[in-house]
Amino acid sequence: MSHHIVEVRDLRHVYPDGTEALRGVSFRITHGEAVAIIGANGAGKSTLLLHLNGYLTPSQGAIRIGDFPLTPATLPEIRRTVGMVFQDPDDQLFMPTVFDDVAFGPLNLGLDGDEVEAQVRMALARVGAGHLRDKPPYRLSGGEKKRVGIATVLAMSPDILVMDEPTSGLDPFARRQLMALLKDFHHTRIFTSHDLDMVLELCERTIVLHEGEVMADGPTLDIFRDEALLAACRLEKPFAMQGCPVCGGKPSPPEPHG
Amino acid sequence: MASIVGAIADLRQLDLMANGNTGLHRLDARAKVLATLAFILAVVSVNKYELAALFPFFLYPAVIMALGDLPVRHIAKKVAVVLPFALMVGIFNPIFDQTVLVRLGALAISGGWLSFASILVRATLTVGAALILVAVTGFPAICQALDQLGLPRIFTVQLLFLYRYLFVLGEEGSRMARARELRAFGGKGLGLRSYGAMISHLLLRTWLRAERIHLAMLARGFSGKFHPRRTTRFGGRDFLFLAGWSGLFLFFRLVNVSRLLGTIVTGAPR
Amino acid sequence: MHMADALLSPAVGGTMWAVSAGAIVACSRKLRQEMDAGKAPLMGVLGAFIFAAMMINFTIPATGSSGHLGGGLLLAVLLGPAAAFITIASVLVVQALFFADGGLLALGCNIFNLGFFPAFLAYPFIYKPLAGKAPSKTRIAVAAMLAAIIGLQLGAFSVVLETVASGISSLPFATFVSLMQPIHLAIGVVEGLVTGAVISFVYQARPEIIQSVQEARPLGATPLRNVLAAFLGMALLTGGLVSWFASENPDGLEWAIAKVTGGEELAVTKDGLHARLAALQETVAFLPDYTFKKAEQQPESGAGRESSLGTSVAGVVGGLMTLAIAFLSGIFLRKQGRAA
Repeated sequence: MSHHIVEVRDLRHVYPDGTEALRGVSFRITHGEAVAIIGANGAGKSTLLLHLNGYLTPSQGAIRIGDFPLTPATLPEIRRTVGMVFQDPDDQLFMPTVFDDVAFGPLNLGLDGDEVEAQVRMALARVGAGHLRDKPPYRLSGGEKKRVGIATVLAMSPDILVMDEPTSGLDPFARRQLMALLKDFHHTRIFTSHDLDMVLELCERTIVLHEGEVMADGPTLDIFRDEALLAACRLEKPFAMQGCPVCGGKPSPPEPHG
Repeated sequence: MASIVGAIADLRQLDLMANGNTGLHRLDARAKVLATLAFILAVVSVNKYELAALFPFFLYPAVIMALGDLPVRHIAKKVAVVLPFALMVGIFNPIFDQTVLVRLGALAISGGWLSFASILVRATLTVGAALILVAVTGFPAICQALDQLGLPRIFTVQLLFLYRYLFVLGEEGSRMARARELRAFGGKGLGLRSYGAMISHLLLRTWLRAERIHLAMLARGFSGKFHPRRTTRFGGRDFLFLAGWSGLFLFFRLVNVSRLLGTIVTGAPR
Repeated sequence: MHMADALLSPAVGGTMWAVSAGAIVACSRKLRQEMDAGKAPLMGVLGAFIFAAMMINFTIPATGSSGHLGGGLLLAVLLGPAAAFITIASVLVVQALFFADGGLLALGCNIFNLGFFPAFLAYPFIYKPLAGKAPSKTRIAVAAMLAAIIGLQLGAFSVVLETVASGISSLPFATFVSLMQPIHLAIGVVEGLVTGAVISFVYQARPEIIQSVQEARPLGATPLRNVLAAFLGMALLTGGLVSWFASENPDGLEWAIAKVTGGEELAVTKDGLHARLAALQETVAFLPDYTFKKAEQQPESGAGRESSLGTSVAGVVGGLMTLAIAFLSGIFLRKQGRAA
């Protein structure tokens, strides 16, 4: 069970041009948690994410994924354990067909033909995209691309799912579909998002980043009730928690998480 | 070159055609690639003054288009686009080569005209063959076939990436072109400076995209080596297809079927 | 400018295919070590970029016609010679297959003409030495201009050589050259200007892109392959120029070659195998000197050919019949397919 733990300790990252993107970030995420990392643009969210699968190395501090510290030797295993889905699916789907994309990960893991087939089938079924198997990516809709993007990562059977802006660019229906899908996962989930309503619905815990530091880390509802904090971090309450634009009435408190 | 936007739209269409499910589509890609190669070699090796000897070769595109259920008019239009270039250079032949080679009654046809016509027919056949190959096979399958036939992995991967991102960048390119058009107030093209600036921005964005793709590849365990998807099997049907057509092309090449047929029909002495 | 299948003899086409294929294999092997650095997606995406760049036209001042970027030199600066060559080759393959540009037989020629000269001659021997390690705007502009012009001139000249060597087009060497070279001079100037502008921009915005390529091969150590490539290029150039200047006839090249093969012709023995092979070669006409000789012999044996073809109305009738049969079979098969 310990391989689902993500532990970040005093992480600092300075870019080559001198920008200090992260200034001592620490947190601990345990098995099965759904955590959102929110903050203004430039707060350091993407930088933080890129550390989680070893693409960036910390200038200072340590990262631990499950049993493994992040070192060059443990990278392959870390990248299997941490499945990362990026914001622009066109960056993620780089093979000629959906099947090829989803099979890319398992093939890199060294699985043989039959195993790869099984993994691909499982992953596509999981996201409800089995019928898209032989389609080229350019013929998928935005929502389909996002789902297939998730499948490409699921095919490697990760324990931790990290997603950068999962609902961005989706129409309302596709967004609903995706949220339903994500709610159903049992992995440890880490999302960055500007879609605070999605955060409200999907994540019981939220970490707020501001200028490279953790400003808050706690239950989502508590954080969204702290108006001063939100304002200081260039955020606001999710729409579901704001007053009705028509009658000005107060919204009923959202359902507790469960 | 014809408008790229139109060409990319054509590409999507060819891709759609490749998704058909006729028996022809199900043949191994290698058989189709090699057969096309044999076809092109046979056609191109015909003597420059032979015209009628080329005609039997039309059998191949006709049959393939029929069996593959391909839209003839569409393909014919695409072939027609190419002819102007062959026309442009070939048109000099009748000028420089005036020796009369054929007499049809009172009509004297010079070698120049014969070779000119031959050039046009050859262009039609070879270009048509390439398009038809793509339409019944699909580009990714062709790349895999080439990979299996021994083309370096790096090159086939390059082709696949190129093909994949052609559409993405095509879209970006057309968006830029449109944005520029809207600010050009009727002028066609804004001169070199703005062109250079636009291209440079596109280039930088493209470069950044490449970095992100690389990131996505690394995130899924990429360590420098590309693995083939699955090996297809070359069966009896595929072999028959390849051997049959190649044999036929060889036959057409060695025997002037047109003249043979004509002699039989008209009873003229050989 | 792209070569077309129709103007190419299988011999020349085949040779150039072999050359290009060999180059692709060599470059692939060299790149295998660099794959980790993310070159694969970069090459693919930059290839697509070339297509996108072609969508945006610009007006060439004074002429009013529109043009677009070729990209060979730019790719070489951004990727290094081997990767650039592979990228250019891939772009040409896609063009040949989908955009019906040139053709599959001519692909070998096109890859050589448009890929080899910018990547292995113009970039390493003209651009890099002129631009140096930390170039200023003017240096970049000048280096790009010269490299682009020379690269394109060599490419255009190759097209001429390949067309003439194929013997299918009757356009004389001198005429062809006088058409191709000036046109490509203009194209080269424009290409040089655009390439220079883009390189300057990229160098300002993200200098490490340019520098990473410079570092890849220090200016001192030039591999043997590049030296040989340079020799090949220079040989082609000098050979062409020399033969052109050396002759007074318009058909200088053909005249020179005819002189040479004329001497060899007498040496063929009447030996059984030789005669058999010669007969086979006559029919199949795969060797350039035989194709050439046929073209040369046309005028002399013109009368003979005339009679064999000329009297056969049969030839025409047969030809029309074959065409009809071909198309009818297509229609018939299609109907069958629909009915089934």
